[in-house]
Amino acid sequence: MVLKPHLDDLKIIGYYLGKITIGIGLFMLIPIICALGFREVGPTFDFFIGIGVSFLLGFILTKICFTDKDLNWMQGMIVVSLSWLVATIIGAIPLHLSGHFKSYLDACFDAMSGFATTGLSLAQDLDHISYTHNLWRHLIMFIGGQGIVIVALSLFMKGLSGAFKMYVGEARDERVLPNVIHTSRFIWLVSIIFLVLGTLALGITGLLNGMKAHNAFFHGACIFMTAFDTGGFAPQSQSILYYHSMAIEVITIILMVLGAINFKLHYHLWTGNFKELFRNIEMRTFFVTVIIAFIIVAIGLDKIGIYQHALILFRKGFYQLISGHTGTGFQTVYAKQFINDWNQFSLTGVIFAMALGGAVCSTTGAIKMLRIGIIMKAVKEDIRRIMLPEKAIVVQRFHHIKNIFLEDKQVRAALLISLCYLILYAAGALIGMFFGYPFVNSLFESTSAAANVGLSCGITDTAMPALLKVTYIIQMWAGRLEFMSIFTLLGFLIAAIKGK
Amino acid sequence: MITLIEKTIKLIIFVSTFCFLLSAFALAEPVSSSDLINNAKQYDGKEVIYSGEVIGDVMVRGKFAWINVNDTKNAIGIWLPQPLVKEISTTGHYKAKGDIVEVKGKFNRACIEHGGDLDIHASILQIIQKGENVDEVISPRKIKVAIAFLIICLTLTVIYFIRLGYGS
Repeated sequence: MVLKPHLDDLKIIGYYLGKITIGIGLFMLIPIICALGFREVGPTFDFFIGIGVSFLLGFILTKICFTDKDLNWMQGMIVVSLSWLVATIIGAIPLHLSGHFKSYLDACFDAMSGFATTGLSLAQDLDHISYTHNLWRHLIMFIGGQGIVIVALSLFMKGLSGAFKMYVGEARDERVLPNVIHTSRFIWLVSIIFLVLGTLALGITGLLNGMKAHNAFFHGACIFMTAFDTGGFAPQSQSILYYHSMAIEVITIILMVLGAINFKLHYHLWTGNFKELFRNIEMRTFFVTVIIAFIIVAIGLDKIGIYQHALILFRKGFYQLISGHTGTGFQTVYAKQFINDWNQFSLTGVIFAMALGGAVCSTTGAIKMLRIGIIMKAVKEDIRRIMLPEKAIVVQRFHHIKNIFLEDKQVRAALLISLCYLILYAAGALIGMFFGYPFVNSLFESTSAAANVGLSCGITDTAMPALLKVTYIIQMWAGRLEFMSIFTLLGFLIAAIKGK
Repeated sequence: MITLIEKTIKLIIFVSTFCFLLSAFALAEPVSSSDLINNAKQYDGKEVIYSGEVIGDVMVRGKFAWINVNDTKNAIGIWLPQPLVKEISTTGHYKAKGDIVEVKGKFNRACIEHGGDLDIHASILQIIQKGENVDEVISPRKIKVAIAFLIICLTLTVIYFIRLGYGS
């Protein structure tokens, strides 16, 4: 029997949703400071309206649904899944008011793409967008990468129990430190330190490359936020190709890889435990999959002979590959070049890399390295079981911060999430094909959206059907939250309709 | 008979000259960025004319410089001798419409000199239209709505802090 949700459930969900809505509004103060710095008057009004809507909605929700009860698991999961939708709708307000989007749906597409650290964009005439709006595009990636809910609630949250439930709901099932608030603060500390270092490195490189000082450091900060949070938005329409700089490419590769590393591993590196880097199952799996994917890409590119020198082939092939594998989405080729100049074999290598993603408890999307590593270990265990005598006891271990014995429940969980991702990739590809796009193009774009990558082969365009835009929005949302909180929301809605 | 041959030769010369001039005129037409990107293989290594607005930074690199030229569909990187960029006075951004330029140069589908970038190595740059600063146009309705929301926000914030004060 399905039980109808209680009024208390709705009140608790509404109350926390209200707090998160106010939190999102508070983050809009940052672009306003930028607007004052660059003397951009128009954008200031756009953000006042955005803040106004979020504060009003937030205050109404917290007033009507006021409660002092803590969240249970179901409520926590529903708050998370709804928060991402609310954040998208509110975050899209200043974007839409900027006049750079043909419809509010397009602005919502970019907002979800930003929060989910995807990087697909429907913005028009990006080269004339204001600094203020451009900062917001990149800032939402930074907020989304850290986890919207945990970031917003770190401003208000007192209890730890509810915070942990929402932390898990945002696809972060590992705590770096025993306390989730300390974990969240550690993630912020790492991110802020890298923000300063990354912005300096990119800004100075930009200066040396001939950019104006204010542009160099503004671009540096924006590129850092989207590289470290594996987002993929860039300040200009040409993505990283705008800079025509190998140094920028090298720095962004380093930042993308740092962003794709588990924060738990960051903690060990910070505490001087460098051995973990070489022993960790995620890093080993990442190393192997990058090599396999690059071999596929390189063979494909070599076959068509577009890049005549090995070094150039490496530079172009490896950059798009690592951008796809880490779930970032920076490009140094035009979207249409993927289809016109690359062959299907090399595209398959990129799709393979995008589908796998980076580490768990990082800012990447997709299946993730820990799950791939566990599945590979399970396959190895089964092969050994077949090869060895029946009475032999076969145990498989892996190293992830500590030595762990492989258990069936870990394999089951890894396979279940992997299967969900594969279904999500396939579903998006089918819908793309329904609208007349070729199979490889559809699969490429669908995987990019669902795995929160952001590489595009040209399908993502303001002219694409509205249903396909909605499909990609749902894929980005589901892919970022790793399904569980969305399944809980669906279950809640079904219970509300059918429950007794 | 001779007159007929002469006439025929004259006609052939006239038609050939006309065709040559027509083709030369056609070659002088700028190619769009979409055309270049979608048909990069056909244009690779050929001399092209490309026109658009200079956007972002003029990045001087020694004796050469990079500019990015946007023809409203895409922006393409142009690599050109540094003295040529001195003619550029305004580049496009939020508060400015950049100079509209026409460049003539060699199109590269995957430039060997620049790490495989799709670019144009230009030898000629001509300013078609000077850029200008653009004033911000803000709709009065937007200002009214923003001020209304600002008042509501401030009121709510004041109420929140007053209640917080009573609570403590």
